Parts: sequence; C-alpha cells; structure tokens
Amino acid sequence: MISVNEITKAYGDVIAVNNISFTIRTGEITGLLGPNGAGKTTTLRMLTGYLKPEKGSITVGDYNASDHPLEVKKIIGYLPESAPIYGDMLVYDYLAYIAEVRGISGTDRIKEIGALCGINEVMHKNVSELSKGYKQRVGLAHAMIHDPDILVLDEPTSGLDPNQIIEIRNLIKVIGKKKTIILSTHILSEVEATCDRVIIINKGSIVADDSTRNLQMSTKQGKTISLKLSGASFSDASDELKKINTVTRVAEVPSDDGLMSLTVSISGDREIRPDIFKLAGAKGWVLYEMRQDQLSLENVFRELTKGGDYANA
Amino acid sequence: MRMLNIQINKLNEARAIMKKELQAYFISPIAYIVITIFLIFTGFFFFKDFFYFGQSEMRNFFQLLPLMLAFVVPAITMRLFSEERHSGSLEILLTLPVTTRDVVLGKFFAGTLFVMIMIAPTLIYAITVFIVGSPDYGPIIGGYLGTILLGASYVSIGILTSSLSRNQIIAFMIGFAACFTLWLIDKIVFFLPNALSILDYFGSDYHFENISRGIIDSRDIVYFLSVTIISILLTVKILDERR
Repeated sequence: MISVNEITKAYGDVIAVNNISFTIRTGEITGLLGPNGAGKTTTLRMLTGYLKPEKGSITVGDYNASDHPLEVKKIIGYLPESAPIYGDMLVYDYLAYIAEVRGISGTDRIKEIGALCGINEVMHKNVSELSKGYKQRVGLAHAMIHDPDILVLDEPTSGLDPNQIIEIRNLIKVIGKKKTIILSTHILSEVEATCDRVIIINKGSIVADDSTRNLQMSTKQGKTISLKLSGASFSDASDELKKINTVTRVAEVPSDDGLMSLTVSISGDREIRPDIFKLAGAKGWVLYEMRQDQLSLENVFRELTKGGDYANA
Repeated sequence: MRMLNIQINKLNEARAIMKKELQAYFISPIAYIVITIFLIFTGFFFFKDFFYFGQSEMRNFFQLLPLMLAFVVPAITMRLFSEERHSGSLEILLTLPVTTRDVVLGKFFAGTLFVMIMIAPTLIYAITVFIVGSPDYGPIIGGYLGTILLGASYVSIGILTSSLSRNQIIAFMIGFAACFTLWLIDKIVFFLPNALSILDYFGSDYHFENISRGIIDSRDIVYFLSVTIISILLTVKILDERR
C-alpha cells in the first residue's frame, strides 16, 4: 500500500529523518514508535505531502507522491498532532467545510461519521469549547470524512486523560478493521494495545521493524541472569556456562568489588538457575549473587532508542 | 471536456476555502470593527467639505481612500496565513487534496470580497451626491473600479506578507509598510531628478488617480493586475518552498 524508499529530510543542519525505508501493507495498524524528536512527525508529514523529502521517494497505492500529490492526498486521511482544527468554527460547519473541499456532498456522510466517532452531540458547539478528547474525535472524523484507504494519525492520544485514551484506542481498533492505519506515539503500551506492527525509530533512523507479537515474543523469551562469583577465570566460567542447555551468550560486566560479574543470556522459558548452582558447586566456584532479569518490551525500546548495543543487532 | 471539468473542480475547492474565510470574518468581531473604523474615517472625509463647497462630487473621498486601504487591508489579510501557521492548521489545509494555488486564490477572493463588502455602504454617498446635484459619472464609476483594483492588489500584498510570518502583528506591519510605500512612490518622485520620473509608474496612487479621474486606461489596469498576480505567485512559491 505504502512504500517509503530512502527518504531524508533536514531542517538546516539538523537531520530529522535519515535515509528511512519501510513498507506498509494494506489492512495493518502500524505504530511508529520513538522518543520525542526522533523524526516521527517529520516522517508522517512527508508521507502526507505536507513536507517534501529531500531525497528518496514515497509511493502510495499506485501513485508516486511527488508526481501526483493530489491523488495521494485523496487516498490519505491525516490527523496532525494535537488536532489543529479552526477553533472559531462549529463542529458541523468544520466537517461540512472539509467535505466541500474534498468534493463530498451530503449531510448524510457527516451524520454517519459523527455517529462512528461519537460526536453527534457536540455538532453545534464551537471547536474551541470542546474537551481535548472530543477535539481529537472531531479530528478523527475530519480525517475519515472521505472514507480514505489510509489513515495517518500523529500522536492521537497525547494530552488525553486515561479514559479518553482508552476510548480513542478502541475507536482506532474499530476503524483499523477496515483501513490501513499508521499512528505515531512515544508511548510503548499504546503500540502493544493497538498495533499489529511496530517501527521503532530513533535519531532519524529505523532501529527495529517487526510485528508487535514478534517483538513481544522475543522479549518474553529473552531472559538474562546476572552472576557474581569468584574462583574461576572468565574463559573457564564462560565455557562451562555455555554447556548448559539454552544459554546463548555469556558476557563479562565490569565490576569494582574484585569479583567476576557475568551476564548470562538465555533463550526460552527454561529455568536454569538450579543448573548454575550445581555447576558452581561442582567446579568449586564461590557464588555471591544470582539474579534473573526479565527483559520487557520497555527495556528493548529503551536500549534501542538509547543507541545501545541492541541498535546494531 | 475532461480538462474543462478538472479546471472547474479545482475552482470549486478555492470557492470552498473562500466561503469558509468569509464566514470566519463575519463570525468574529474583527469584520465589524474594521468596517466601522473604515466607514467613520471615510464618512468624515467625505462630509468634511461636502457642505462647504456645495460641489456634488466625491473627489475628497477617493483622494483619501488609497491611504485608508493601505492601512485597513493589511489588517483584514494579516490573519489569513499567519493564523494558520500559528495554530498549525496550515498542516491540515496543505494536506487536503488542494493545490497551493487554489488555497491562495481562495483566500485572495475572500479578502477581495471583504473589501468590496466594506466599501459597499459608501455607495450611499454616491447616491447622496446624485440626489443633491448632477455630478460627472466618470470619476465616480472610475473611482469605484479603481478601489476594487487597488483593494485586490493590496489584498494580494497582505496575503503575501501574511504567509511570511506566524505572527499576525508582524504580518500587518510589513503589509502596511509595503502598501504605504507603493502609495508613497509617486509623491517622492517629485523630489527626484526628472530622469527618474518614470518611477511614477510603480506608485499605486498614480494609477489610482488616473482611474478615479474617470479615464480607464489599460496601463493602469495592467499595473494593478500585475501587482496582484505577482504577489499571488510569490505567496504560492513561499508556501511551497517552506515545506
């Protein structure tokens, strides 16, 4: 549906988006995840035709975005961050205006979309009088009024209270059954709750691109065990530990208390702490500390967006 | 035939934007304040000498008008793009399936229509003049035609300066300075050597005076149309380049 090829965008000397490529398939809800300033909004703005990429190309449906911007804009519904809707207009007038510009006729469509987004009771209020949650709903209605194939939402839940967040997420899920949705967020749980697929971006580059389930699986399986021991050299300990079933990696962690500090990575759910205990006893190592760490999606995200070891993995 | 349809459709989008902008003017108090100020000042200058000389003409009125418009029009146009930039709604506007040209045209038509609505009540003065005397038709018709042309070119300049800044006050100041300078040119040329007197041609008031004398010359019309078209094209360019 959408393919983005090596796009780059800089503001002056600051490179906001650096050589990003990804494809988005029809019917998926894709989350663009990253810390503030990672380049999420810039990416979405290029996708929707507000900004022009300096390099690279974007194809939406059958159209190249730089050659046929109007066609692309017809396929896409876009809700920018914090829904910048004209405050001095009535909700109904605003939707009617957007419909007219988009060449859609009929009050029926406005009623229909109003019912879907749950805004029929505020149709005759000024946009500036609405709560943030309602404003966001009006924004969604505005983005969907022409029944677009693709919906692009920039931080759709930012600034909302927890109840409103859940309402908007549910709405996105309902809409997402029929449409291709791309949303950006810096909240990890949002991706877990709503998205089929996640693209993690940091400092203008993609650091991970996988289905949410795969990422969750890999993190659930990825446990590490921290050890502190004495009485063995690192190479001996490492060799012996690697003989234990499911151990994938042993790394030495610098420590300042004269003990050897190790991190043992394992795959799968198997409990190996008894094995380590028995091994230490058999080899005559003195075990000072043993701790199991659960790697959560949160950790993966933090590692990736810090530009840590996982960024190159 | 298909080409023709596309052209008409595109203007439909500009018309939708124009309608929305005109509505926005009359929803907020700004339209009424601007119109009131405009009518008070022009009314004062119309009636100041009206009973004095017993002449049924509108020369005083049209003499002052270019200066009034140089001040009032930027105040009308200052919000057209600055506000969109400031609130972020420009992002929505430019991601709708509308060309930048149609966006600018929509706003330009709204501003020009607003100027026409603003000067419409002054037709009462024209009627008054016709009731009390038998004035020359030419200068009055020419004056109103000139006002529309001048108004349109000032609107396009105001839109251009509005697209430059997200701050409405800055947009207004630059717009006023630009319109005022155009008004001033043919008055400054008086102090310059004769060889430079062709600079007259760049002054808006020089052309306005010609038209409001009742002489409708293509050169004056071309002048106003070129100022308008150049400003509109520059605005489109600025909006496109800033992306």
